[in-house]
Amino acid sequence: MIRLTAITRTFHMGEQAVYALNDINLQIASGEYVSIMGPSGSGKSTLLNILGLLDKPDSGCYELDEKRVTDLSETEQAQIRREKIGFVFQSFHLVPRLTAAENIELPLTLSGIPSEQRQIRVNEALQAFELKQRAQHRPAELSGGQRQRVAIARATIMQPSVILADEPTGNLDHQIGAEVMTLLENLHHRGTTLIVVTHDRELGARAHRQIGMRDGKILTDHTDDAG
Amino acid sequence: MTLVDTLQTSFKAVLSYRLRSLLIILAMALGVAAVVMLTALGDGARNYVINQFSSIGTNLLVVLPGRAETSGSFLGAVLGQTPRDLTLKDAQLIGRLPQVRRYAPLNVGEAELSAANRLRAVTVLGSNANLIPIRHMKLAQGSFMAQGAGSNAQIVLGAKIAKEFFPRTQAVGQRIRLGDSRFLVSGVLMSQGETMGFNTDEIVIIPIDYAQTMFNTTSLFRILIEAKSHSEIEPAKQAVLAAMKQSHDGEEDITVITQDAILSTFDRILQALTMAVAGIAAISLIVAGILVMNVMLVAVSQRTAEIGLLKAIGATSADIRRLFFAEAVLLSMAGAILGFLLGQCGSLMLRLAFPQLPAWPPAWATITGIMVALTTGVLASILPASKAAKLDAVNALGKK
Ligand SMILES: Nc1ncnc2c1ncn2[C@@H]1O[C@H](COP(=O)(O)OP(=O)(O)O)[C@@H](O)[C@H]1O
Ligand SMILES: [Mg+2]
Repeated sequence: MIRLTAITRTFHMGEQAVYALNDINLQIASGEYVSIMGPSGSGKSTLLNILGLLDKPDSGCYELDEKRVTDLSETEQAQIRREKIGFVFQSFHLVPRLTAAENIELPLTLSGIPSEQRQIRVNEALQAFELKQRAQHRPAELSGGQRQRVAIARATIMQPSVILADEPTGNLDHQIGAEVMTLLENLHHRGTTLIVVTHDRELGARAHRQIGMRDGKILTDHTDDAG
Repeated sequence: MTLVDTLQTSFKAVLSYRLRSLLIILAMALGVAAVVMLTALGDGARNYVINQFSSIGTNLLVVLPGRAETSGSFLGAVLGQTPRDLTLKDAQLIGRLPQVRRYAPLNVGEAELSAANRLRAVTVLGSNANLIPIRHMKLAQGSFMAQGAGSNAQIVLGAKIAKEFFPRTQAVGQRIRLGDSRFLVSGVLMSQGETMGFNTDEIVIIPIDYAQTMFNTTSLFRILIEAKSHSEIEPAKQAVLAAMKQSHDGEEDITVITQDAILSTFDRILQALTMAVAGIAAISLIVAGILVMNVMLVAVSQRTAEIGLLKAIGATSADIRRLFFAEAVLLSMAGAILGFLLGQCGSLMLRLAFPQLPAWPPAWATITGIMVALTTGVLASILPASKAAKLDAVNALGKK
């Protein structure tokens, strides 16, 4: 359960103030599938960063699972990122010197989970995302689709309750992009809240709830009747 | 993140950036190796000098005429006026002191040695039978003023002289001329080589009264004394001073140098030198530390995106700081260990190249070197690590 109240985020470019988010009020229930669309610079990424606790709003209140997370300490926020949130980025953000398996293992290592358990869970993830053959390959040796699968495996290895995906198909061709979306939607089917930023109207339409942004504001918020 | 995982992750990073890691390790290693080797050299020189000094005698005291300005400074005695000569009577007086095991009066001069058709100038020592044991000299053949033989015209030849003058025949029993007098060769010194710049292979020794006649003097150059034990050195010195004051009409006009005092002076000087050299070598460790800092700062900016990603997937600032910190510590540690090994190898080579030089690195220097390397490494990584920890996740992720 996510609740944003009167969130603003301003960037200062010299004299000029840019309202990346301007009085955002938003509530997303657990297990929802939401797409966020809008022109470039409309504040989609900033919204996602604030939802993922990577960025702090200048004002407003953010409650995650009934808890005000805006006031938490840096360490507590890191713990929430570790345990409740999974990030998927447009440019994958894999660590180039680590293998696919090691990249997937990272969140488990950060959480202090013992090595034997890590191996079991990484193996399961490699299996689930059809990466078994690529486990020992470095990102440079993987295709775009494979890289994004590694990134999704990494984002989900801690079984987070929320997946935040910022244009996850932006660097992929249409067909591979659709496959990646299907993978993300499978996670949603298992109960994970899925929030996807996308340029692609067609992909955006697959979400049950579509939010349209412009100039740091939410313009449209449409929920399909089918739910 | 657990400590083991932190170390393992950092270790992987160290292995991934081979060239960079090698550079840091090498810089650290050279610094540590320099400390180890230079102190080995310094300490080796110290031990060499001490060994040389010890080899000239045991519990040795030297009496010389003239009063030193401040006790212990033998430069003053050498330069100062000599109001009264030391005599054989003084020597005999000293010989009767209870703290003195034995004494040897000493005169030194030059004279021409000739036999058959050979002729050369030699350094002549005039003394008594005690000179040989007091100065830790050894006779290869014969004797010098053996008990009961009295001080007849006998001479002991240095090993090289004996070989020069009597290459084929036995030297002992031969007649030889020194200056205007004839002597009977009674012994030949064992070859010892040079100690303290004095080569006993090219000297001759004759009884003191012959020497005094030959050089037309009644005064002594030195009196060498061997105290009964190490603890008797200082009492012997005081007794000698008191006895001489009494016999010289209440005037303190002699100087007594103990081997011990000179030894500890040399020891102190060379120890200080070793420390200074170690300090200079340690500066190279500081330089290595600065290198570590720079390379780690470069590493942080190279891995900005990685740091942002780690934060996004839940690493705390402390995790990031520890990761970079551990990396620097691992590198410094590897450098210190490699440097230690290099230094030991270098010292071994020094010992092989200069067998007389006991170039063993002292433990204190080795430990200090390694500790300084680790400390510099740790200090040098504080800034880069905290810079990494402070990076803003969103900005860091934006970097490529
Ligand atoms: N770190 C930043 N510094 C300055 N301006 C920023 C920064 N991040 C975002 N902005 C500005 O905020 C606005 C929203 O950006 P963003 O959320 O990235 O948009 P979107 O993801 O919808 O393209 C843009 O005008 C952008 O220029
Ligand atoms: Mg964006």
